[in-house]
Amino acid sequence: MTFLLELLIAVLIVLGGIFALIGSIGLVKRPDLLTRLHGPTKATTLGVGGALAASMLFFFGIEGTLSIHEVLISVFLFLTAPISAHFIAKAHLHEHVELRADLPPTGREHGWSTFDGLPESHDGEQTEQAPRG
Amino acid sequence: MIENALTFGYVAVSIAVLLNLWRLLRGPSLMDRVLAVDTMVINVIALIILFGIQQRTTVFFEAALLFAMFGFISTVAYCRFILRGDVIE
Repeated sequence: MTFLLELLIAVLIVLGGIFALIGSIGLVKRPDLLTRLHGPTKATTLGVGGALAASMLFFFGIEGTLSIHEVLISVFLFLTAPISAHFIAKAHLHEHVELRADLPPTGREHGWSTFDGLPESHDGEQTEQAPRG
Repeated sequence: MIENALTFGYVAVSIAVLLNLWRLLRGPSLMDRVLAVDTMVINVIALIILFGIQQRTTVFFEAALLFAMFGFISTVAYCRFILRGDVIE
């Protein structure tokens, strides 16, 4: 393994560790949940992405073949992090209905999706759906 | 050089797991704890990958992938339970 590849792997591991640590510090230090979501969803995902990139380069260095496992894991994590953050934020809003008063008006017939149901439909197709909560 | 970087990575990610545990124990609301467990799963994946680099083996990638899937599914199932009162309707 060349020196340059080794240096790149070491830098990626250190950067990944720093980003994971920053995300968890953000999780501890932020005042409420909607701001706490920023640390884990962005910084920690980037941190584990750095560790995965380092692992991919390392096994490319010692085996000579590029493995697909790391790409699979990192794509899965990068796809699922926003979805789980969205679900957590929605469940948090669902538990704190009093936050509805702080929201600005949407300016259209659809209200805020977590708090308000679907508007009255003109063609009658959507009226059978229950307001999602 | 990689050994030193791995030591640094272990220490940083382990401190991150400890901070997540603190948030899990302390966390004022229920969703704080769910978020702490979700973050902890991601940090454990990073630990598994660093261990795989240190052991020079690729057998831990399946474990990391399983952790990623179960962490995501459990988070979504719990949020679904809070939102709808049921996991599968």
